[in-house]
Amino acid sequence: MAFDSFSAFIIMEGHGPYVWTCYGVFFLLMALITWLSVRDRRRVVRTQQREQTVASPGQTDTVRNERTGGGFQRIPTSQSESISKS
Amino acid sequence: MGQQQSLSITVLDPVTTSPGLFQSMVAVLQRDLRLSIRQKQDLLNPLLFFVMVVALFPLGVSPESEFLKEAGAGILWVGALLATLLSLDHLFRFDYEDGTLEQMALQPQPLFVLVLAKTLAHWLATGLPLVILTPMLGMMLFLDGNSVAILCLTLLIGTPVLSLIGSVGAALTVGLRAGGVLLSLLVIPLYIPVLIFGTGTVMAAAGGSDVSGHLALMAAMLMLAVILAPLAAAAALKISLSAS
Amino acid sequence: MWQFFHKLGSPKWFYGIAGRFMPWLLGLGLVLSLAGIVWGLAFAPQDYLQGNSYRIIFIHVPTAFLAQSVYMMMAVAGVITLVWKMKLADVFVRAAAPVGAILTVLALFTGAVWGKPTWGTWWIWDARLTSMLILLFLYLGIIGLSHAYSDEKTAARAVAVLTVVGVVNIPIIKYSVNWWNTLHQPATFKLTEKPTMVPEMWVPLLLAVLGTYLLFGWVSLYRMQTEVLRRERRTRWVKDVIAAGGGSQLKSGGA
Repeated sequence: MAFDSFSAFIIMEGHGPYVWTCYGVFFLLMALITWLSVRDRRRVVRTQQREQTVASPGQTDTVRNERTGGGFQRIPTSQSESISKS
Repeated sequence: MGQQQSLSITVLDPVTTSPGLFQSMVAVLQRDLRLSIRQKQDLLNPLLFFVMVVALFPLGVSPESEFLKEAGAGILWVGALLATLLSLDHLFRFDYEDGTLEQMALQPQPLFVLVLAKTLAHWLATGLPLVILTPMLGMMLFLDGNSVAILCLTLLIGTPVLSLIGSVGAALTVGLRAGGVLLSLLVIPLYIPVLIFGTGTVMAAAGGSDVSGHLALMAAMLMLAVILAPLAAAAALKISLSAS
Repeated sequence: MWQFFHKLGSPKWFYGIAGRFMPWLLGLGLVLSLAGIVWGLAFAPQDYLQGNSYRIIFIHVPTAFLAQSVYMMMAVAGVITLVWKMKLADVFVRAAAPVGAILTVLALFTGAVWGKPTWGTWWIWDARLTSMLILLFLYLGIIGLSHAYSDEKTAARAVAVLTVVGVVNIPIIKYSVNWWNTLHQPATFKLTEKPTMVPEMWVPLLLAVLGTYLLFGWVSLYRMQTEVLRRERRTRWVKDVIAAGGGSQLKSGGA
């Protein structure tokens, strides 16, 4: 430890405010870019999920299966599994 | 020797059906110059802008001869830079809109050669008049004769570089409706070295040092720009054309 | 080699491999950079000249370093876009540009705040800070251009041309700014010049630099994955990923 006490660590002989502002802004912007990235991902996923549930019947086989099943939620069936594998 | 000759004949063969490189360059140059002479507004606007921007500094900062003597080279350089920037948007815009550019891209001549000709025409129509106006404005900013001479020399080498770098930005933004502002954003960072060497040379000359090295550096920048900028601009133009 | 290259062209393959790397990048990156920062903040000895304010170096240098190398990576990706028309290269440029811009802002901000106790002013037209400012302009131009085109392919190629033109200019800009700086303020005390850095100082700095590199790797892969999901939304495998909630890991059964 380069400092005698915790308060000395905070004050840093008068340079504390500069050092801590820098680190504060650093972590803030790092958090911002992470948050923005996560938000982008969520947005893409959500719009695609919405589009998939309201997609016109017959566009893909999975969608048709869901339609005939009555529900709008995608249910992984053995048939769709085999199609996606092929 | 004989083999080379027969080779050159086969390579040059298409020339008999279409004009050669140099001829087509001259044709584009003549056409663009004629166009800009007919469109007098386009020719005059950058010049007026240049004069007005320069006039703003004594009004806005100080009319003292000491300040103007020191800042004069910088003011004139920044003015020339902004005036060039203002005129760039029109470099390809009209030809893009009426389909001329598309025809040029289809020519057997490589597009970068025609771009070089167009850029040269742009410089002759905007850069060169700016250089010609500079001595008068330099006197108004109390620059001494030697500084004015060096300043004109740096502008003479520097404004073609501005036109060349600008042609890349203009080619990238020609397909965009609001391309003008974006164009400045793209081009200004690339203009900074030219500005620094341009004003730095004048200041070094005012300080009494030998500036032939500085001028050689600027000339090297010009050479680099002549070689690389038309290639980049032609590539960018093809991208813009493929989008339309 | 060529097989690897072709595989890189497959978005699904990329998605899977990125998902496998990302936890490691995030974990190691966090550990290294936090270790470097804590070490640098609390345990590294004081600088005899600048006192404690030099502790800003442990974030200033990593961000400045990374901001410059991200631009270089984008230029390489730009060349790949232009020559081989590889889609992933363009995806990388799109994902990395905002991160690079934020890193440049951080480097500028920390440099300015560091300048206050060192030089007595918030801003000084020092060669490094000025070059960083120009780098920020270059980043903003790239982001502006990439959003100006509605067509993705056109935007990709236009941005690629711009990054390549920018990277050709960067050495010229650096040289000219250095020259301009010596012209106007001859040889002042330089911010990050470290003639005598003891290991207790540069080891944490190295850790922080490595850590931020890894964290950048993580965030850019994550953003690239998002972009891939958006672009390949019509394909079957993306629909499966989306239905599963859009996680970064591909289910092993689907791969």
